[in-house]
Amino acid sequence: MNAVRKKRLYIVLAILVGVSAAVALALSALQENINLFYTPTQIANGEAPKDTRIRAGGMVAKGSVKRSADSLDVEFVVTDFAKNVTIRYRGILPDLFREEQGIVALGKLNDQGVLVADEVLAKHDENYMPPEVTKALKESGKLPADGEAQQ
Amino acid sequence: MRWTWFHQWGSPKWFYERSGRWLPWLTAAAVVLLAVGIVWGLAFAPPEKYQGNSYRIIYIHVPAAFLAQSCYLLMAVAGLVGLVWKMKLADVALQQAAPIGAWLCFVALVTGAIWGKPTWGTYWVWDARLTSMLILLFLYFGVIALGNAITNRDSAAKACAVLALVGAVNIPIIQKSVEWWNTLHQPATFKVTGKASMNAEMWLPLLLCVLGFYCFLGAVLLYRMRTEVLKREARSSWVKAEVGRLVEGRA
Repeated sequence: MNAVRKKRLYIVLAILVGVSAAVALALSALQENINLFYTPTQIANGEAPKDTRIRAGGMVAKGSVKRSADSLDVEFVVTDFAKNVTIRYRGILPDLFREEQGIVALGKLNDQGVLVADEVLAKHDENYMPPEVTKALKESGKLPADGEAQQ
Repeated sequence: MRWTWFHQWGSPKWFYERSGRWLPWLTAAAVVLLAVGIVWGLAFAPPEKYQGNSYRIIYIHVPAAFLAQSCYLLMAVAGLVGLVWKMKLADVALQQAAPIGAWLCFVALVTGAIWGKPTWGTYWVWDARLTSMLILLFLYFGVIALGNAITNRDSAAKACAVLALVGAVNIPIIQKSVEWWNTLHQPATFKVTGKASMNAEMWLPLLLCVLGFYCFLGAVLLYRMRTEVLKREARSSWVKAEVGRLVEGRA
């Protein structure tokens, strides 16, 4: 490589490193705002603001879903396996909503620390499984059987 | 180090002749891989346990999202080569790759939204992955607009190369967004090391689709670049001879 090209290469690389550093600084400064939701631990530590709409995310705790018999009201507990948050919601839940499923709920925290949600989104995880495989795994005891697996 | 293999790319004529030999193979590979991958994925792969059949959109969504990012990296490399070595072909590649990448990015965003409604319960959410992907689409629009706005070809090439290079910072952000922040989008199913969180009968057609999309991108890019090379070199004798041959061959 001749000297002129080498010099140009160094200038271009320097620009790239500079831009990367600037973006990295900006993103780390915005760290809190880029997170889509607060985890139950963050809410328990008081990091989530009260009286504004926030998102809370985590796993729906097993056996915590309580549906009302005569309305669409539903109450469930979301956990990150360290802390829990109770969520109250009225409306239609997404198809993927079930116990031990990751969800994100949008709503306001009330004084009792209950999140009154007006929107619940299901979070799909990175595992894809064909139904036959799941069945085989359950029969061999490698996967805990869950009674009401929704299709 | 021997640089001859690299400097050959500086000759549009060499590129035109060489790419003419690659094109039929790439096109055939794209058609075969995509046909097998898509039919297998959409019709024969088993349904997913919780999502049922709606997960099948990954056979379009994942390759498109993957390629949209690869295509941008290709533009950034072309930009680097164009800036440092002043290679004419690098600018041709950059300009011609931008619209293809923009369409791939658009397809990834639209298929993601269609899948998001039944799965998540919403078409769009401003999480880090989705937002950074939208920024990628705008970067593509920026490169296309910049290339068209500046009439002087050398200035346009330089401006687009810088934008492509600077924008490449977004690619690792897209990749890592699902790890660095809480997002609604799931983390990667396929890892460089470790087992894929997916069954072989599901990921094999996906692999074929991804490879098929790569061949498709290569073939379309070569077609577009060859046309552009003919246009830019229209005054040289070899192009006149080639165009004459093509026109007479058709008539």
